[in-house]
Amino acid sequence: MTTASPTKTAPGLAPAPLPATPRKGRARLRLGAGRQLRGGPFTYAALVVVGLGSVFPLYWTLVAASHDQQRVLDSPPPLVPGGRLWSNLQAAWDQAHLGKAIVNSVIVAGCITAATLFFCTLAGYAFAKMRFRGRGVLMTAVIATLTIPPQLSVVPLFMMMSDIGWSGKLESVVFPTLVGAFGVFFMRQYLLEALPYELIEAAKVDGASNIRIVWNVVLPVARPAMMVLGMLTFVQAWNDFFWPFLALNQQDPTIQVALGQLSASYTPDQSIVMAGALISTLPLLLVFVVFGKQIVGGIMAGAVKG
Amino acid sequence: MATTTPARGAYSPPPGGTGAAPHGRGTWRARLWRFDDKASPYAYIAPFFLIFGAFGLYPLLYTGWIALHRVEMTSLDRSEWVGWDNFARILQDSEFWTAVFNTFVIGVISTVPQLLVALGLAHLLNYKLRASTFWRTVILTPYATSVATAALVFALVFRADGGILNWVLHFFGAGNTDWGNGEWTSKIAISVIVIWRWTGYNALIYLAAMQAVPTDLYEAAAIDGATRWQQFRKVTIPSLRPTILFTIVISTIGSMQLFGEPLLLQGGTLGSIGGSEHQYETLSIYLFNYGWKLGHLGPAAAVAWAMLVLLLLIALINWIVGRFVRKSAA
Repeated sequence: MTTASPTKTAPGLAPAPLPATPRKGRARLRLGAGRQLRGGPFTYAALVVVGLGSVFPLYWTLVAASHDQQRVLDSPPPLVPGGRLWSNLQAAWDQAHLGKAIVNSVIVAGCITAATLFFCTLAGYAFAKMRFRGRGVLMTAVIATLTIPPQLSVVPLFMMMSDIGWSGKLESVVFPTLVGAFGVFFMRQYLLEALPYELIEAAKVDGASNIRIVWNVVLPVARPAMMVLGMLTFVQAWNDFFWPFLALNQQDPTIQVALGQLSASYTPDQSIVMAGALISTLPLLLVFVVFGKQIVGGIMAGAVKG
Repeated sequence: MATTTPARGAYSPPPGGTGAAPHGRGTWRARLWRFDDKASPYAYIAPFFLIFGAFGLYPLLYTGWIALHRVEMTSLDRSEWVGWDNFARILQDSEFWTAVFNTFVIGVISTVPQLLVALGLAHLLNYKLRASTFWRTVILTPYATSVATAALVFALVFRADGGILNWVLHFFGAGNTDWGNGEWTSKIAISVIVIWRWTGYNALIYLAAMQAVPTDLYEAAAIDGATRWQQFRKVTIPSLRPTILFTIVISTIGSMQLFGEPLLLQGGTLGSIGGSEHQYETLSIYLFNYGWKLGHLGPAAAVAWAMLVLLLLIALINWIVGRFVRKSAA
């Protein structure tokens, strides 16, 4: 379709062909086309500052976790890691039952992620490609639920959980978040574009039932988006604080709740608290280092909406 | 794409014989087929609505019922009708109004700078950059950090004695600031945590929207002799308006929920009352304190409903402002 020469196009960007307009305005045109501008030294300087600001608190977590408390609170504070990291990690591990907390967090975040992927893909597919009565209204309803903060329902939720006998148990944290509106919306947006109707029709002609179509046609197409949604969901579930803090108790916490309790103890040792913070953050940071590109892409893809 | 079957119409029999076309063969099968087509979409979206109904909508309404009753943490199964008493109780409590004020103030001083910085940052990221993915990932790292971790690290940074921020500021001749105990400094500290965690995320959302702006708009503006700043103001910002509105709504809702940051800034008992003078007590902290520390769930539920009313008010203001902006732009 494009008539531009295939040789010189930046990879990844839309070809953005320069129109064959009079040469005169060309220099100015290039200047005007926002995204083609190269970043100057100022741009990089600003990014470095922001980048350092983004990373420094995490670096300082590491520094504080590797000294003893006295050194951390000394007047010229330490700026490089010290040698007590291991003993602080161990102390945090023992004091706050972090081992159990991490296992709990893996279970909670894992269950939530698996269920979210399954249910959101199904619902996203239905909203994107199936015709049914009330589709528009129901989709609006899904989006509207995004605006309801969890604070509005925690009191009865707590009572319900104690009624069912789930109070203090992981179920009370898992079940309310099994499926989320964001995920439904995210999968819908992806499948709207990625899944051609022809594929579904072809499967129908071959005599496939609806659930078979989901299994053999939709899931393979949806896989990249599911990967991204899975990571986003896992991050959210791993970091969730408010409801787990109210619902769980000291004996059986998630990692975030354990961390909150560690700092709420009578005279918390700051470097041990930081060691706990480090333990709770490391798994996610690793995920970010490995899949940063996909996560960034996922957030940006989920952002563009009609 | 369509190379799999010779024809796309449903009338041609499928290749490969054995499968046999389902349509029209025997009424039982045909009916089953039609039922499958009609019911499947509802079955696929049902889990969302079931879960939301059970753990979202039902508790939301139930909150209203609890707000009119006396329910204690120590005896969850007993409740006693008290009418509007709970509401009267919180509305007459000056601490409640402090919490409303704090939530509002912290909301404003965290949301406004955060979105402005995010907008500028997105603009920078929209340039052609070396290692662009690297920069995007770096500014997103705070997003990977939990509230608890962020709040605890910043608690150390903002510490009065031995806090790293005071140490840095003393080079500029500033005396020791007791961030956590000050009326305004504590609010600033909490806003900084919020800003730190969410700016990069919002920047990426803006960046995505910026990349969706058609380039010919910029070209047209350039032909008309618009400077880069003018282009940013007259092309980028208007194109981003829906996205900006979206982020404002999301951030507003988010700031209504602030809980972990105030709870852990000073930690311990101070955290659960939002500071010695309630200087950074938010509505969520107030709710938590009433319900979980003092054990009175009735007033806590009333607080939840007050939050709902506030949210609706904010939504209304948002809507009016949005209308006004759109009108004045047209």
